[in-house]
Amino acid sequence: MTIGGPRGRHPRLQMPCLRKMERMIVSMQDPDMGIKMRNQRLLITVIPHAMTGNDIVEWLIQKYGISEEEALHLGNLIVKHGYIYPLRDPRSLVLRADESPYRFQTPYFWTSTKWPATELDYAIYLAKKNIRKQGDLIEHEKDNYNLLHKRINHTWDFVVMQAREQLRAAKQRRKGDRIVIDCQEQAFWLVNRPPPGAPNVLEQGPERRNCHTTRVQLTKNMDYYKREIEYCRKAMARTRVKSSICLEGYIKFNEQYVPHDPIMSGCLPSNPWITDDTTYWVMNAPTVTTPTKLRVERWGFNFSELIMDPLGRAQLLEFLKKEFSAENLSFWEACEELRYGEQSRIAEIVDSIYQQFLAPGATRWVNIDSKTMERTLEGIKTPHRYVMDDAQMHIYMLMKKDSYPRFLKSDLYKNLLAEAIIPPETKKRVFPFMRKQRHSSPSPALLLPAGDAEERGRSPSTAPVPEEES
Amino acid sequence: MHSRMATEGLRENETLASLKSEAESLKGKLEEERAKLHDVELHQVAERVEALGQFVMKTRRTLKGHGNKVLCMDWCKDKRRIVSSSQDGKVIVWDSFTTNKEHAVTMPCTWVMACAYAPSGCAIACGGLDNKCSVYPLTFEKNENMAAKKKSVAMHTNYLSACSFTNSDMQILTASGDGTCALWDVESGQLLQSFHGHGADVLCLDLAPSETGNTFVSGGCDKKAMVWDMRSGQCIQSFETHDSDINSVRYYPSGDAFASGSDDATCRLYDLRADREVAIYSKESIIFGASSVDFSLSGRLLFAGYNDYTINVWDVLKGSRVSILFGHENRVSTLRVSPDGTAFCSGSWDHTLRIWA
Repeated sequence: MTIGGPRGRHPRLQMPCLRKMERMIVSMQDPDMGIKMRNQRLLITVIPHAMTGNDIVEWLIQKYGISEEEALHLGNLIVKHGYIYPLRDPRSLVLRADESPYRFQTPYFWTSTKWPATELDYAIYLAKKNIRKQGDLIEHEKDNYNLLHKRINHTWDFVVMQAREQLRAAKQRRKGDRIVIDCQEQAFWLVNRPPPGAPNVLEQGPERRNCHTTRVQLTKNMDYYKREIEYCRKAMARTRVKSSICLEGYIKFNEQYVPHDPIMSGCLPSNPWITDDTTYWVMNAPTVTTPTKLRVERWGFNFSELIMDPLGRAQLLEFLKKEFSAENLSFWEACEELRYGEQSRIAEIVDSIYQQFLAPGATRWVNIDSKTMERTLEGIKTPHRYVMDDAQMHIYMLMKKDSYPRFLKSDLYKNLLAEAIIPPETKKRVFPFMRKQRHSSPSPALLLPAGDAEERGRSPSTAPVPEEES
Repeated sequence: MHSRMATEGLRENETLASLKSEAESLKGKLEEERAKLHDVELHQVAERVEALGQFVMKTRRTLKGHGNKVLCMDWCKDKRRIVSSSQDGKVIVWDSFTTNKEHAVTMPCTWVMACAYAPSGCAIACGGLDNKCSVYPLTFEKNENMAAKKKSVAMHTNYLSACSFTNSDMQILTASGDGTCALWDVESGQLLQSFHGHGADVLCLDLAPSETGNTFVSGGCDKKAMVWDMRSGQCIQSFETHDSDINSVRYYPSGDAFASGSDDATCRLYDLRADREVAIYSKESIIFGASSVDFSLSGRLLFAGYNDYTINVWDVLKGSRVSILFGHENRVSTLRVSPDGTAFCSGSWDHTLRIWA
């Protein structure tokens, strides 16, 4: 498994952002709509075709309609990737939103053009520097130089020869051009061989699309297309819903849930992360004596909200008891335990469900239609994880379509709504800079001794949440 | 002998070519069918929804402690604890409210790209370049040696990119660079179901919040997002509109749609009932890939972490960008909204995690 810079795949494919950045760079240099370039003075030398950091930021703001902060951030990334380089302080690839001069990198040195930067090229570059500075290189460059000298010792004569040749050719150029080319080259190497401590913008993480999958892909070509055809045929046959209806669904969902969205609408008494006050969590713990108004209202949105909230589920159970159909909920819970339980306990759980809920004369017999019952009883002869699916769905729908609407109209629910709390908003602290003490809470892993942790891990859906220390 | 083989070769090539063209033409017809029912755009329908006001979110906690790039994180159901994993093999469990570290384990491999918190809060799962997904029970015993209690559950033939517990601690769903997803029984390590169909590395997955739940969505380097039936292993729906790798997928809270984030610098929303892409979240100034996406509780906001170190906040209905959050000093690699929607956590290659609210 190779890690680090991409190999094999062209960089423009591996890093689609490079192509986009290049397009940006090209439009920045557009004669009409691009940045107005002029001569920039660098000490006593005049550098043509340059711009200021300010020019770059301004152009980005205008072109993309973004803020100065965002423009500066984006500009900085362009500089970090070596597409624009600074003339002053060239060792620091940073964009300054002031009169500092910058220049566009020549396409020859674009990150995606000269890919990958070879050891040989780097060696020649360091050798040139070494000669010019008479051995006085920066520490990490000195280390790299020595390392390369060892590694490609056999071609070192060639390296030194190339270095000398390039230096000789450089002397023939005008001073302004020489400075520019030096900066270009330096910027390129800052990107491709970043000094220690500087981020490596070219690092990609573990390689994707390695040989194994592509090989597998090639040999399965016939099967691959057969599967595609099969899939398309099935997909053509499926029912689709008109966009207008689907999208209306989002509007409705949005209306219902936005008041319950702490980030959108805040939360009462306050958001614990903002005020360091955990009252909100205490008041909304899975099992509290009196739930909040918002929480009880949410149970009315849909059946799922009610049954998935442990408190809501407990209230549902109370209601079903009154209607003598509590076994439905118990059956559903037992089926969940089967679906999400250990593979090794499947036969055991299926049998337990049968004994409690399905066997003739069972104490908590559930009322399933005869066809489903027949199918289920047949299925449990060879028990598997999904053997109760039909029966479970039937009972779930029964509760949802039948019991749930009655629950919402019941006195039980109406009382819950009436008694539910609306927490008062936390008063703003007089001294807001004094941080409230942040109390720890016991970890869920602590609630039961280690042996029982497995036991607890078995029951699906809800995790215990510890009571808050005050 | 030679001529027979040549003829067979020719026949096989013909069949392959005709299969390919049949598949392509069917794909075209499928797109036509999908387009027929597309009578309105989301942002049009959303015109009557009130615009969002001033949006302010700040870093409320910074978690420092990883010595290298943070690659993945997940929330505990208790709404404050998190697990995070990094390039150097370290997996840390934090109480992010107090910023205290509660557990730490060093994996035997680097690039731990996936981690997940068990629903009970009693265990974590993680994996990466070791091609496995391992489960560690969380204990507070005196001489705690988490590594000793480690259980190897999933075995893939390439890197583990994502993992998630289902509704209990007993099952794990994994995604891998080997192009497959798989469902495992934690206790025995048995493979319960495998999911084949992606043409390249699978990078992400998310389980459907559906009440009758049994589906999940995955995204991969083949630019496809695929919806799977967990029971049968079949691909139910497939979407291919991104131009590049899909790094992250996340269901819309109602379960009727999901969002994706891709290296093509866009996030997209796919509706499952309409069977199509219904929104694209992009901006000309955003050119770096989106690595991680998640919805706010109501689904009105989509938070997306990008490889340009920023987090962009999108108005899901109107399609516009609401805000851009700066702070991280390197790629944002992972982002999750907390279980009760009070905050979200971002992890970055700058070695830190941040809680935003």
